[in-house]
Amino acid sequence: MSRLTLKTEGDRHIVVTRRFAAPPEAVYRAHTEPALIQKWLLGPEGWTMPVCISEPRPGGKIRFEWSNGKGEGFHLTGEYLELVPFSRIVHIERMHLPDPTPDNHVETNFKPDGKGTLLTLRMTVPDAATRAAMLSTGMEQGMEASYARLESIA
Amino acid sequence: MANLDAAFSALADPTRRAILARLALGEATVMELVEPFEMTQPAISRHLKVLEGAGLIVRRAEGTKRPCRLAPSAVAEIDQWLAMLRQALAANYDRLDEVLAAMKTEK
Repeated sequence: MSRLTLKTEGDRHIVVTRRFAAPPEAVYRAHTEPALIQKWLLGPEGWTMPVCISEPRPGGKIRFEWSNGKGEGFHLTGEYLELVPFSRIVHIERMHLPDPTPDNHVETNFKPDGKGTLLTLRMTVPDAATRAAMLSTGMEQGMEASYARLESIA
Repeated sequence: MANLDAAFSALADPTRRAILARLALGEATVMELVEPFEMTQPAISRHLKVLEGAGLIVRRAEGTKRPCRLAPSAVAEIDQWLAMLRQALAANYDRLDEVLAAMKTEK
């Protein structure tokens, strides 16, 4: 059973949903408190987040720095636009690879779902070309994770 | 899946990814690509050859110019990438499940 759904919507959106066993308050905190974010928002196996700045207030800064421990790394910067505690976060973010990618506008909604939470992530980029570029830019990361997974299966 | 491997190799280079992003906006000739990328024509041509070999772009003959555009299959590659994004997100959220479980027991 795959609990994650991911689909494109129109030319400019990517929508992700995922259910969690914990209530919205816990899931929301895990998205805004640096000590918690550093435990899970890591991407491919082997990567860590040595620097995590998250100022959850409108205009507050976001800065995540990832490292693979072999001298390679990249970072993301962004700003919070809107926060409704335990239910909604709106922020913009861009990756630096090292050139910044176009701004990605992200709405994250946390809805009570039984005893758990339904998370909906809606990403909006400026245009279709940007989405295509964003997707092609991220391919390297995805590849690394896939190859790592292949190795563990083999 | 040989073509997919070639596509991955082709996409591992930032210049080639940028060329694809430019072609996502529409067809372009080699000369039109030389200027924004501040590279020599032979250098751009080499990148285009790799992209063409990987099936990510197609070129048509128009006199001596050979305009390039995204291959329909490049769109399929993007779908492939979406599948990988899904896996990366799934890995993150599986870790988040563990973080959430730990938060619960700490209470």
